[in-house]
Amino acid sequence: MMFIDPHAHMISRTTDDYEAMAAAGIVALIEPAFWQGQPRTHVATYEDYLSAILGFERFRAGQFGVRHYCTVGLNSKEANDEELAEAVMDILPRFALKEGVVAIGEIGYDEQTALEDRYFRAQLELAKETALPVLIHTPHRDKMRGTLRSLDVCEEHGIDPSLVIVDHNNEETIDTVLERGYWAAFSIYPSTKMGSERMVSLLTRYGAERVIVDSACDWGISEPLAVAKTAQLALERGVPRAAVELACYGNALAAYGRSGQMQESDWLDPASIDQTELYAGNSILRGGREPVIEAPKVRRTAGDLDIR
Amino acid sequence: MSLQAIDTQDIVPDSLPGADTTDRDARARARALLLERTTNALNGRANQAVAWLEDCLAAVGETDPLREPRTFDLAFGLAPRRLGRDPLETDQVARERLRREAIACLPGWHPEGWRLDEAVRVLLLTAAGDAVVPALLAHTLRHADLPEQLALYRALPLFPSDVDMIATVRRGLRTNIRAVFEAIAHDNPWPARHLDEAGWNQMVLKALFVDSALAPIQGLDDRCNADLARMLTDYARERFAAGRPIPDELRRALGPHATPAAVALLDDERGLAAS
Repeated sequence: MMFIDPHAHMISRTTDDYEAMAAAGIVALIEPAFWQGQPRTHVATYEDYLSAILGFERFRAGQFGVRHYCTVGLNSKEANDEELAEAVMDILPRFALKEGVVAIGEIGYDEQTALEDRYFRAQLELAKETALPVLIHTPHRDKMRGTLRSLDVCEEHGIDPSLVIVDHNNEETIDTVLERGYWAAFSIYPSTKMGSERMVSLLTRYGAERVIVDSACDWGISEPLAVAKTAQLALERGVPRAAVELACYGNALAAYGRSGQMQESDWLDPASIDQTELYAGNSILRGGREPVIEAPKVRRTAGDLDIR
Repeated sequence: MSLQAIDTQDIVPDSLPGADTTDRDARARARALLLERTTNALNGRANQAVAWLEDCLAAVGETDPLREPRTFDLAFGLAPRRLGRDPLETDQVARERLRREAIACLPGWHPEGWRLDEAVRVLLLTAAGDAVVPALLAHTLRHADLPEQLALYRALPLFPSDVDMIATVRRGLRTNIRAVFEAIAHDNPWPARHLDEAGWNQMVLKALFVDSALAPIQGLDDRCNADLARMLTDYARERFAAGRPIPDELRRALGPHATPAAVALLDDERGLAAS
């Protein structure tokens, strides 16, 4: 089975992670622009960050046979630094049209301040102007209210819900998000967000229509194999294969494919220019074997002393 | 690819009197050729595309893209979405004709394999005029994605060169992405003509270091020098000591500066490889 991890901050991850993801069947992933733990204080560092996620990180992923896409946006935390936020808004149009940018995101609310609201709205307008989907980060605190407010503001700006992926959902928010026509994404992230067991229960109860599973792996304790592991658990618990494929592959492709920047042929039938410049291909999938969900076979140990 | 390597004797050295004018005229002819072929390719498909391109070129020419970058940035970003990524010339005969005409304009210039979006991006940048191009190139490269970088670096011979351009290109050569490095180093007359000895030597050594071929580097034989030979010999010695193979092409890049010690080392390595 092929997987897409539509939320992975790979700039914080190692080559071991890329190897393991490729071995587990992850053919493509999306790196949303977000904060990096340490707040940026200059627009120039923001600019270089965006260049890095759509440039070198995309290339780096390709060397492991994983297709890399990204979203660009001003995140809600840094939206509270007005001087920075204004400057970032000026450079975003320049980045929104780069190759492999599949959405404006992740945007939305953190503490639900007035500044967060202002820049959320401005970026919804940018998404309309550039005909890109929107990735919404729902707040971790006061989640229900923040989620509802995000949906209300999208509708106020006339955004088509089928172009909006609402992320970091839980058992409380799923009903409204699905009822109102949005994509409902779930981040399988230890301790703070969704867990695999709970995700499987949700898939059993709600089915997979417009449901998306991601890892949100980043610089914290998180799991880059979360999508593959959740898929495996779901299959073991009797979730139909077609539903697992939708939640862990097909829905992300359908939602972000609306950007025109991401299609299945990117990994199944890559153009020859891409093969030489950007993408090494996934030899495991090409060999037609079932991907292995777990760590790469040749995991380094202290016993492996021969480094060439 | 080595078939495309050309004799750099055809390149007018910068030090000759009148080189500036000659250079400007040659670049203007090259740009006219690129515009003609691009328009031809678009005419065969959709007239809206030609109109879009003409509007954008006019708009970039009329504004100062450094002060008001929005018009230029959007046109530059939209090029592949509006016009696609098809090759500029699809059949072999047309490619060969473009290759010959391009070399007649600018020795060593090879646009025959370019795609439409690449040609259009180069036309947009050069529409800004010689006085602006070096700074606009630096601005654009600050946030360029991979296809944009490749298009711009392959087009270096079409841009006027100044001190800033050399800094821009040397920054490009420091890339970790081999395709970007090769866009500058391979099938491109710009490095041989403009890089100083230190910059040139770093480029040749890096080509070996990143497993890139030397044969497509134009001017390789003309610009070999004693310091480069020393660097390459040191590199060969380091590879030998580490038990790693020495690239076959290294010997050629030593040129007449190969020392007996270097020759002995390379012969020794060959002997080891055969045994």
